[in-house]
Amino acid sequence: MSETGIGKSVKRREDIRFITGQGRYTDDINQPGQTIAVFLRSPHPRARIVSIDASEALAIPGVVGVFTGKDLAADKIGDIPCGWLVKSSDGTDMLVASRPPLAVELVNFVGETYGVVIAETLAGARAGAEAVITDFGELEPAAVLADALDGPQIHANVPRNLCFHWELGDGPATDAAFAGAAHVTRLDLTNNRLIPNAMEPRAAVATYDRSTEEFTLYTTSQNPHLERLILSAFVGLAPEHKLRVISPDVGGGFGSKIFVYPEETAVAWAAKRVGRPVKWTADRSEAFLSDAHGRDHITTAELAIDADGVFLGFRVRTRANLGAYLSTFASSVPTYLYGTLLAGQYRTPAIHVAVDGVYTNTAPVDAYRGAGRPEATYVIERIVETAARELKIDPAELRRRNFIQPDQFPYQTPVALIYDTGDYGASLDKALAMIDYAGFPARRAASEAQGFKRGIGFSCYIEACGLAPSQLAIQLGAGVGLYESGEVRVNPTASVTVFTGSHSHGQGHETTFAQIVSDRLGIPFESVEIVHGDTGRVEFGLGTYGSRSVAVGGSALIKATDKIIVKGKRIAAHMLEAAPEDVDFEEGIFAVRATNRKLSFGEVAFAAYVPANFPEDLEPGLSEKSFYDPKNFTFPAGTHIAEVEIDPQTGVVRVANFVAVDDFGEVINPMIVEGQVHGGIAQGIGQALLEHGVYDQMGQLVTGSFMDYCMPRADDLPSFSVDTTVTACTHNPLGVKGCGEAGAIGSPPAIINAVTDALNIRDIAMPASPEKVWRAANGL
Amino acid sequence: MYEFDYHRPDSLAGAIALRSGAADGTYLAGGMTLLPTLKQRLASPSDLIDLSAVPDLTGVTVAGGMVTIGAMTRHAQVAASDAVKSAIPALGYLAGQIGDAQVRNRGTMGGSVANSDPSADYPAAVIGLGATIHTDHRQIAAEGYFKDLFETALEPGELIRSIAFPVPRRAAYRKFPNPASRYAVVGVFVAQFDAGIRVGVTGAGPCAFRARSIEAALGRRLDPAAVDDAEIDFSRFNTDRHASAEYRGALVRVMARRAVEAMLASG
Amino acid sequence: MTVNDRPVEADLPANTLLVDMIRGHLGLTGTHVGCDTSQCGACTVHIDGLAVKSCTILVAQARGASVTTIEGIGAPGNLHPMQAAFQDCHGLQCGFCTPGMIMSAIDLVKRHDGPLDEQAVREGLEGNLCRCTGYHNIVKAVLSAADRL
Repeated sequence: MSETGIGKSVKRREDIRFITGQGRYTDDINQPGQTIAVFLRSPHPRARIVSIDASEALAIPGVVGVFTGKDLAADKIGDIPCGWLVKSSDGTDMLVASRPPLAVELVNFVGETYGVVIAETLAGARAGAEAVITDFGELEPAAVLADALDGPQIHANVPRNLCFHWELGDGPATDAAFAGAAHVTRLDLTNNRLIPNAMEPRAAVATYDRSTEEFTLYTTSQNPHLERLILSAFVGLAPEHKLRVISPDVGGGFGSKIFVYPEETAVAWAAKRVGRPVKWTADRSEAFLSDAHGRDHITTAELAIDADGVFLGFRVRTRANLGAYLSTFASSVPTYLYGTLLAGQYRTPAIHVAVDGVYTNTAPVDAYRGAGRPEATYVIERIVETAARELKIDPAELRRRNFIQPDQFPYQTPVALIYDTGDYGASLDKALAMIDYAGFPARRAASEAQGFKRGIGFSCYIEACGLAPSQLAIQLGAGVGLYESGEVRVNPTASVTVFTGSHSHGQGHETTFAQIVSDRLGIPFESVEIVHGDTGRVEFGLGTYGSRSVAVGGSALIKATDKIIVKGKRIAAHMLEAAPEDVDFEEGIFAVRATNRKLSFGEVAFAAYVPANFPEDLEPGLSEKSFYDPKNFTFPAGTHIAEVEIDPQTGVVRVANFVAVDDFGEVINPMIVEGQVHGGIAQGIGQALLEHGVYDQMGQLVTGSFMDYCMPRADDLPSFSVDTTVTACTHNPLGVKGCGEAGAIGSPPAIINAVTDALNIRDIAMPASPEKVWRAANGL
Repeated sequence: MYEFDYHRPDSLAGAIALRSGAADGTYLAGGMTLLPTLKQRLASPSDLIDLSAVPDLTGVTVAGGMVTIGAMTRHAQVAASDAVKSAIPALGYLAGQIGDAQVRNRGTMGGSVANSDPSADYPAAVIGLGATIHTDHRQIAAEGYFKDLFETALEPGELIRSIAFPVPRRAAYRKFPNPASRYAVVGVFVAQFDAGIRVGVTGAGPCAFRARSIEAALGRRLDPAAVDDAEIDFSRFNTDRHASAEYRGALVRVMARRAVEAMLASG
Repeated sequence: MTVNDRPVEADLPANTLLVDMIRGHLGLTGTHVGCDTSQCGACTVHIDGLAVKSCTILVAQARGASVTTIEGIGAPGNLHPMQAAFQDCHGLQCGFCTPGMIMSAIDLVKRHDGPLDEQAVREGLEGNLCRCTGYHNIVKAVLSAADRL
C-alpha cells in the first residue's frame, strides 16, 4: 500500500495508453456521417465586412453549407462573454466589446472567424473556403500596444480603446514612502507576448441528436463544465441538460484551452443546422492566429528604499494588451492575478499599482501558464535585482533583508492577499547551496578566460494558486464560483470510481488522485479509477488551471472520502453491533476500539449494497460527493537561480545551470511535481530567451509558425536542478499548494537577471535573443 | 494541397520526358521543401515527378581527387558515408548539421542545391569547395551556378544528376542556426587547396557566394585572426526578424574564424 | 507497402500525405499532427527503419516501403524498451508529442555510434517539440533506454 500512497513517486498509469499510441484525443474521434468545417478568417487586422459571396463555394461538389455570423445571429446565438467583470478605479464597469462567434460587421484581428464552410471532406472544405469571395473595407488598425490609446478607436463603445483603468493599493501612502526614500530604483520593462502552442491544436467534434435534442461536443477544453455553462447560459446554444461536453485526452493547454472559443461554438451550432456531425481541427497556423495569446505588458516600476536597504514603497504602472476582444478570463489576468501579487516575498509596506487594459487589433490575450503572476514576478524580481546592483548590496542579501519572516504569518500584504504560511529564507538558502553561490566568482573567471561572459540571476517568486475562494472571487468580479467537486463511488466489490471536476491534460490526475483516494481508504491503488472531463459523467466541475487541481479538486476528494469513511463506520458499527463513534478506520480496516472485532473495507462495501438487515435510518449504498470551496488562495513560493554563459561574439546565451527550490507544501507525487517544474521552467526560459509573438505595425502576425516563433527545443535547455522545501498550506486538508505554474513564474527574471549581470547592463528586453545580446555585449 | 498527378519514373530519360510533357511539372527529390510548399497551397504543379526510382542518382564515389555524390543521396547518407568522412570530413559534418534527423533521412543534396534556398547549408560547400554540378546534359561550375534568391543556372526541366566536389587538403564548416527554424542564418565553409583558400558563405546574402575578401586575408596569413583583416561588406546582406544585415556581417566573420580554427585543428 | 508488418493496399488521391492515410484510413491514431510546417515531429514514423515526418511525405512516395508506427513497436504488456523508459522516467505529460518522440528516440539510439551522452540526445531530438516536460525527463528516458537496447 505505502508504495502507492501520498508522497510516493508512483509511475503514471495513463502513460501506458500514451506511449503505445492508444491515447484518444479529440482529432482521433470520428462520427458516422461527419462533415468537416473550415473557417473563414480575416486576412485584415481591422476591416468592415462589406459582402460575402458564397455562391461559387456552394457550387463545389461536397460543400454542404457556408454560414456566416448572420446565420448564427438569426438562431439567437449570442456573444462569447468574458467571465470576469473588472471595475475601473472610478467605479465604472470595464467596457466590453461585443464578440459574436462569427464576426458580422467588423473583423478586428487577423485570423478572426467570420464564416464557416462545411463539406464532406477537408479538401472540399478548404476549396470551398478559398472560393468564398469576401469584400472587405479595410480600416486603419490599432495594432501596437504602445500607441493604441491614441490610435484608431476599435470598438464604438470603447473610447481610447481603454477597457479599464484599474488600481489597487494605497496611492497616497506609496507617494509618502517615495518622498522619504533614501534611494529610488526605476525600471521600464516589457513582458513579451507569448503564443501558448500546446502541442495538440484545438479541435471540436459535435453531434446533434434530433430525437433527444441533445448536443454532444467533444473538444479540447481544460474545463468542460465551464464550456457547457457558458455555451448554455451566455451563448444560448442549448439548455445545460441538453448539452454534453467531453474533453477526452487533451494534449496540453497551459491556459489556452480554458477559454470558450468561436470555433467550437460554431461547430456545435452547425451540427444541428446541417443535421450531421461536424468536425474541426485547427492546423498550427490557425492556432498561432486564433489561440488566446499570453502576457504582453509594458510597465514602469519604481521601488523606494531606505538607507539600510529596506523597501519602503513600490509603484507600478502597467499597460496590458487585451487583444481585440475580451477572452474568457482576460480581464482578471492583468488585474487580480497580477496586482495582488506585487508584494512578492517582501514586507514592502506601501504599494500602489495602476493598470490600463487596452484593446488592440491583435488576437485576444488571456491566461497563459502563470497568468499575471509571471508578469508580477518579473516586475518585482527585476527591480529588486537592479536595486541591489545600484546599492551594491548582494542580491541575495537584499532580498533576505526584506523577506516576510516565518513568524509573521498569516501576513496581510498591502495588495489584498493574506499569505498563510511560508519560509522564504529556507528556499533561498537551499538554492544558494545547490548552485554553489560561493563558487560563482571562480566559475565566472573560468568563463572569462575562455572568452565568455558569465552571469548569475535570482528570482524569489510567490504566486497565489488554488483558485479560488468563491466568495472573494465573486466579490472581485468573477462570474462563476471557483470551488471544485468530487465524488467517490464505492462499487459493491470495493473497487472505487472517482469523479472529479478537475481535468487532466498532462498533469497526471489519474495517478495522483488515485494515490490520494487509495491512501485514504486503505485500498489498492489499482482499485481506484479516476473519471474526469465529461459533463455527462461528472456532476460539475471548474476544470484545471491556476495550479488548482490538487489543492481544490484533491481537497474535494478528501472531503468526499471522509464522508465515505463516516458512512462506512455506520455500516460497520451496525454489522459489528457497536456504536459508530466506537469504530475506528485505519488502513482499510473498520475496527471497534479496544476489541478484536473488525471488518475490511471490502466487507463493508459489499454489505452496503447487500443490506441484509439495515435499520431504517441507514441507507444502502456507499457513494458520496462533496464540493470544496477553499478559504484562501494557496501561496507556493521559492527561489530560482540561473547561471548563464554568453558568447559575446554571437550573442548566444547558454543556460549553464538552473536551480529551482520550491515550497509547494505537501507533495502527493514528487515525480509528477518535478515534471511540472521542469516544464514550467522550460516555458519560462523560452519566454526569457526565445519566444516572442510579434505583430507588425500593420497588424499582421509575423511569427505565425514554428519557422519564426522560437519554441524551446531539447538542445536549447539544460537539465534542471530541482528541489523543494515544505511549509504545509494551513487551510486545506492535504496541506498542498499547487505546482503547475511555478516554473514559468519564477524563471524568466532569474534568466534576465543573469543575462544583465553577465553583460553588466541594466535591462534587455525579453526574449534576449542572439542579436539583441550581441548588440548589448558589443555596446552597439 | 491542390491536386496533381504523381509519377515515379525508373529512368532519367523517363523523368525528363515526363517533365517536358507536363503542363507544369516539378521534380520531387526528398520533398523537404516542396511538400511543405504544396501543403501551404503556395504552389500548384500539374505533375510531380518523383526521382527516387531513377537509377544511379544515389551514392558516393571517390576518384581522381573528386568526391562525386548522386543528387538523390540523402543528407543522412552523406553524413554517415565513410568515403565522405575520409575524403572531405567537413562535408560529412555539414550534412549532419542540416535540419533535423528526420529531415536528413529524407532530404537530398540535389534537392537542396536545385532549390538554392538562401539559408540552406550545402550551397556553402558547393561554393567553398568549387564543386561542379553535373546535370542531365551539361556541367556547371559552382561560381556561375547560384544566381539569386531561389534562382540557379538550371534551365527549366534541367535535372541535377550529381555534384562533384574536389578534395581539399583540409576544410571545415561552421554555421549559426536560426533559433526557430534551424536553417543557417550564416554558414561558412572554408577549404584549403594547394591552389589556395576558398570560402563559401550561405545564409548571409540572397544566395551562396564566395567571400573573396576573407580568402585574400587567409591567403596572406592562414590564421583565424586573419579573418579580422578582411573587409566584409554587409550592405546587401539579408535582414529578417532574427538577424539584421549588420549582425549577419559579424556572424560571417565569427563563423569564418571558427571554421578556420576547426580546419587548422583537423590536421 | 506494409504498415506494422501488415500489407496495406489503398487507392488514394495522389496528394494524400502518409500521415493522413495512417490516421484516417488505417485508424492508427497514435501518430499525431502538431504543425503544418514540418517542424514539430509529432508525426514521426519509421520508413524502412528510418525516422521520417509522415506529414512531409506522400503515400505514393512510400509505395513499396515498410512503415512502422508507434502501434507497431510495442503494446501494453509488451512494451518496447523505449516506451518503458518513457514511463519509468516520466518522460511524458500530455502524451501528444510522445509517439513521435519515441519513434525519433529509437532511431537516434540505433543510429548513434558509440555511447550516447546528454548533449548527443538533446541534439538528436532537435526535430521533435515537446511543450510539457522541458525535455529533462525525455533525455533521461532516452539515455536509460539506450542502456537497455
